[in-house]
Amino acid sequence: MCLGIPAKIIDIDEDQHGRVDYLGTKVKTNFSLLENAKPGDWVIVHAGFAIAQLDEEEARETLSLLREIAKES
Amino acid sequence: MSKTGHFRQKKFLYGLLQDIKKIRSGKKQNLKIMEVCGTHTMTIHRYGLKKLLEDTGIHMLSGPGCPVCITPNAVHEAAINLVTERKNLILTTFGDMTRVPTQKGSIQTAVAPQTSCIKIVYSPEESLELARAFPQKDIVFFGVGFETTIPGIALTIRKASEEDLTNFSVLSAFWLIPPPLKAILNDKDTKIDGFLYPGHVSAIIGESPYLFVAEEHQTAGAIAGFEPADILLGILSVCRQVESRRPKVDNVYSRVVKPGGNRTAQAIMKDMLTVKDAYWRGLGSIRKSGLELKSKYSAFDAEKKYTLNIQASADDLPGCRCGDVLRGKIPPRNCPLFGRKCRPDSPQGPCMVSFEGACLAAYKYNR
Amino acid sequence: MNKISLELGSGGKLMRTFISQVVLKNLSNPYLKGLSDSAHFPDGTALTTDSYVVDPLFFPGGDIGTLSVNGTVNDLIVSGAQPKYLSLALILEEGLDVNILSRIFKSIKKEAAKSSVFITTGDTKVVRKGQCDKVFINTAGIGKIIASPSPQKAKPGDRVIVTGTLGEHSLAVMLARGDFGLESRVKSDCAPLNFLLPLWKSGVLWMRDITRGGLATVLAELAEELAFPLVIDEEKIPLSRGVRGATELLGIDPLYLACEGRAVLLVPENKAPALLRKIQTDPLGKKAEIIGRVEKNTGKPGELLLETLSGGLRLLEPLTSELLPRIC
Repeated sequence: MCLGIPAKIIDIDEDQHGRVDYLGTKVKTNFSLLENAKPGDWVIVHAGFAIAQLDEEEARETLSLLREIAKES
Repeated sequence: MSKTGHFRQKKFLYGLLQDIKKIRSGKKQNLKIMEVCGTHTMTIHRYGLKKLLEDTGIHMLSGPGCPVCITPNAVHEAAINLVTERKNLILTTFGDMTRVPTQKGSIQTAVAPQTSCIKIVYSPEESLELARAFPQKDIVFFGVGFETTIPGIALTIRKASEEDLTNFSVLSAFWLIPPPLKAILNDKDTKIDGFLYPGHVSAIIGESPYLFVAEEHQTAGAIAGFEPADILLGILSVCRQVESRRPKVDNVYSRVVKPGGNRTAQAIMKDMLTVKDAYWRGLGSIRKSGLELKSKYSAFDAEKKYTLNIQASADDLPGCRCGDVLRGKIPPRNCPLFGRKCRPDSPQGPCMVSFEGACLAAYKYNR
Repeated sequence: MNKISLELGSGGKLMRTFISQVVLKNLSNPYLKGLSDSAHFPDGTALTTDSYVVDPLFFPGGDIGTLSVNGTVNDLIVSGAQPKYLSLALILEEGLDVNILSRIFKSIKKEAAKSSVFITTGDTKVVRKGQCDKVFINTAGIGKIIASPSPQKAKPGDRVIVTGTLGEHSLAVMLARGDFGLESRVKSDCAPLNFLLPLWKSGVLWMRDITRGGLATVLAELAEELAFPLVIDEEKIPLSRGVRGATELLGIDPLYLACEGRAVLLVPENKAPALLRKIQTDPLGKKAEIIGRVEKNTGKPGELLLETLSGGLRLLEPLTSELLPRIC
């Protein structure tokens, strides 16, 4: 139900509005639903709002799990 | 870093399918897994996973997580009426909402009077820009969504309230995900072995709202992301839980979903909205399954502002058996309306409305 | 159908209904029957026409002037005709700035020179404010027939070639309109496809410019005419980074986005590699790829199938309604 794209924060103003970048496309985003979002962070954007921050550590773990599965088969 | 591309790699998908096949080999019974979320349905369709999974003995059912489809006809018609009958009104909405066919046509085929129009938005906040730019016009945002979308719409309303933008209001249809899961599971004839929980709803509500599925209904489930590898990881987890007979709420989308969800978003919803019983197209009335604006924000509630008196009830869809299709109890062709009264151009239930709904797919590909 | 809605203009199913219920019901002759982009006459000439409405008038990579020449020129080229002469009719809104019009004419002049076509006749009408949006243009084109497309000769193994990356035009216009709060450097691909003309002599069976409805619609319509299914390979379809980014953000499928300077060709299997090399030597064809084939063993006749990245198969249908951003 909810299309969300992982994108990188470019800038945020004091009103918690700013832009994210995804593959070179920049889109206006509202960051009010996050705590401590800052430029350079990766977030999930849904309908113009950042709804979650991406956890790099967890992403790496999932990827290494996938690599293992790929190796076994 | 977690670029989406990583989670689409062929070798990962191939490896995951092999693992799923290994677990399922030699099993006589097919496994029925419900993907709750419409975006999961889209990914499964887009990458052609349905057939690949069927070859391993896994049957995917599309659940109630498509807000476009489960929003009753009466609400869609109310939106169409607003923009076709009123002057100086701009109806804004998400692109998804515009194709739903009703007796009055769809938003896309609606013809507004000269001073009114329809505008598709990506963010609800675009409606506020219109409200500021056109103070002499009424801006109504037709806002439909689950827990993922609701906080953003709520914030937009709060902003309008702060700026005193009295020409802005929201025609809302806000839905909650856990109650319909409960309703589906409470039906004794339901045949679902596991759930793929929606990743982005979970990013807001966290893991605990699904615990009852594992604990009270001994049914497996995994929170999954939206890349094909995410979905197969979730299915693999469900297969393992079924195999070990240890159902739980697994989270294979931990890079996005925190156990407690997004507390800020939860607080906003609690502050601005109250829970109500709601009528779901195809599933009927479900207790405490919807949200509405608290009276403090009534001025921004289009239903109240324009006294719309939207009445959705089971009488809308006599004979429709989408609920049973959703629960995996009957195939689409066993519904008395299928292919007769209910067709892609005159859909009655959500399974025919949705792009990839079970009935639409059955109508298009298997006739 | 009681009232004309904007949806009709998006080229989907409604348009087909309109053509059969309104156009063909009233007008019928052997030339119109095929409903192709251009009519071929016994004396060796071909005729096509197209109207241009675009908002905004100017966008990165082009404007309504470049569109009005190249769109008509390309319709002739892909139907097997060498473009020769164009007509140009303008509908102007009262109050339009003349400077805007001169900029458009500069583009028209430049693009006509690129394809060596002459603008030979025209018309200008002015309507009251609000009765049209700044400028509407219609052009018609006459060309000399050099080949007859023969998709019916297609047999299993024949290849599908696309001449470049998809969707830039649609996105450039959408972004120039300032909708959806998006910024991107995507530029329209609007260009004349004259470099494809000589290929008709090298055995090309069929070509189409990829406009309204995108690659999926154009190929799905071709598939309906064939005695075999068509299969295209998702991995091979050329997409620029910018188009991938914007379409994923908005949740729209780039296979349905319009281009104004790309074509798709059906070619015999044994000639495919040489034709691809020829296309790639032109700057407009640098990103060309063999993306698919006529199949025998997969699918049913009339179907267009997409082999997805995960190895699954997906049925592609013609565009049914306008592309809009999704939340689900």
